Amino acid sequence: MSMAPRSPAKRRRPWPYPLRRVCQALPLVVVIAITNFFWLRLAPGDLADVIAGEAGAATPEFMAELRRQFGTDQPLALQFVAYLKRLVHLDLGWSFRYNESVLHLILDRLPATALLLVSALLLALLIGCAAGTLAAVSRWRAVDIAVSVLATLGFATPLFWLGLMLMVLFSAHLHWLPSGGMATLGVDTHGWARVRDIAAHMAMPVFCLAAYYLAIYARLMRASVLEIVGHDFVRTARAKGASRFRTVVSHVVPNALLPIVTMTALQFGTLFSGSVAIETVFSWPGLGQLSLDAVSSRDLNLLLGILFVSSLLVLAVNLITDLVYGWFDPRIEVQR
Amino acid sequence: MSRPVQFPPSRSLRPLLAVLRVAGKAPSLAAGTLMLLAIVAIALGARHLTAYDPMDMVGSPFIWPGTDAGFPLGTDMMGRDILSGIAWGARVSLEIGVAAGLLAAAAGALIGAVAGFYGGFVDEVLMRVTEFFQTMPALLFTIVMVVVVRPSVATIVLSVALTNWPQVARLVRAEALRVSRAEYVQAARVIGMSRPRIVVTHVLPNVMTPAIVMISILAGNAILTEAVLSFLGLGDPNVITWGSMIGSGREALQTAWYMTAIPGCAVLVTVLALNLLGNGLNDLANPRRRGAQRGVL
Repeated sequence: MSMAPRSPAKRRRPWPYPLRRVCQALPLVVVIAITNFFWLRLAPGDLADVIAGEAGAATPEFMAELRRQFGTDQPLALQFVAYLKRLVHLDLGWSFRYNESVLHLILDRLPATALLLVSALLLALLIGCAAGTLAAVSRWRAVDIAVSVLATLGFATPLFWLGLMLMVLFSAHLHWLPSGGMATLGVDTHGWARVRDIAAHMAMPVFCLAAYYLAIYARLMRASVLEIVGHDFVRTARAKGASRFRTVVSHVVPNALLPIVTMTALQFGTLFSGSVAIETVFSWPGLGQLSLDAVSSRDLNLLLGILFVSSLLVLAVNLITDLVYGWFDPRIEVQR
Repeated sequence: MSRPVQFPPSRSLRPLLAVLRVAGKAPSLAAGTLMLLAIVAIALGARHLTAYDPMDMVGSPFIWPGTDAGFPLGTDMMGRDILSGIAWGARVSLEIGVAAGLLAAAAGALIGAVAGFYGGFVDEVLMRVTEFFQTMPALLFTIVMVVVVRPSVATIVLSVALTNWPQVARLVRAEALRVSRAEYVQAARVIGMSRPRIVVTHVLPNVMTPAIVMISILAGNAILTEAVLSFLGLGDPNVITWGSMIGSGREALQTAWYMTAIPGCAVLVTVLALNLLGNGLNDLANPRRRGAQRGVL
């Protein structure tokens, strides 16, 4: 029966863990590519139809010629091989809406999205962990309850709607913050003035994107700290005379952070999803807005390119987290 | 709670007291249930609550809430009654939430149970599939699916279920690993029961709890996803939903922000109710998680 324990020889690991992990990820990339191809085939109409549509009218001969050119008249298996070959060469196809290569478009927009994601993640980590720790160790029950209530609300709020509401308050009524874009149009600033300008434009989208993760981290950190606080080494730290503050900051928090690392990697895909809606609301010139443009102009090639690249990004983040895990907690290495 | 009741309550009050006692022990469960019941009542009573079709232009546009008795929540920029939209939108949201929640929980439970019980190669393959679905940014995947297939309630339900079952599968798999070593499973093997039959009759019933508890959280997720999709203009064009109301209200955001605020609050309250219910159920299912040790600090 399959439940029988494996022989010890089989259990010994043949390869170092990082290599094994990368090999596990490779089939995933192939599956993602297959799915992308499948979506392209499944969509009504092909590239030739799109071009013919753009041109207004086309003769059947012209369509056949186009299909021969793009290879869509070939058998499916051959098309798939050609598709894989192009992917390996990082050729994600051509966007007919922008008349540019898809990869180029994506790389163009990636920094804006990355800026948004990283800032939101840092903000959420910083405030979320602080709030969670405070809720767990505070002697006032009110703090604990306030954090829990805010976290529960954060889980339930539609982020894009929160963005719209903040826009009403801070842009339309108070005139404190610009309502969209990444920088003030028509003003060419440099140095600190530019940094300040971008920061003002970033404030609302970053906060909105961070809100949900703030809630997650606060809740997770609270539970994690509560668990750690019960351990003997905390008692020892207190007994040797470390202050409450010191015990929490240098003994409890570092040990409580591990589940947060795991969660961050797991949630990276969700974070990416969140940025699609937030970027649309605040007209942030990133990948999210690009994908919405692709949808409205029926540019499936571009849309799937974004899906492919973002999946790879999520995969890479997970891989890196897995690999640096041992650095966060050396005990993990032993179990592998 | 701990204080004993001095007088034995009259017989008719007893069930009520029992309910109150449960509510006191699990406030989040009670609050979530009450809120959800209210929303279900609004959804089911939409026909009686409002006289208007949510798609019809019935009044003059831009009536602010509370200024016209005929339109308690006002009208939007096309003169459609907002209260009707909220009430009829509740139906769509709840339908999508419940359907996607059930579907994701069922698929997750089945796949998780099979992976955990069979182990070995089957487990390895199923876990890779799970990883695959967790790697794809869920909303982008949903957008692609809606664009390629066709925006409809069914497509949205299916894609939300497709992107959400892995969480359930992981939870259930951990349980199934534990259950597959239990004595009653060993006994079932010894008497020669086939493996599929063991999964259905012994493993699944014992690992269903985390999946069932997850249904309401998943339903909340589904409602949020549907709201985002309709806001982006990718929802089912044949029904009015809270998301599409937010989307159309956005065009008048500067002057008439109530058009956006009201449907957003509806989404918030519904998802909050579902999350509270889910958390309450989770506490009931794992009682030892509550009342964690405070330690020496």
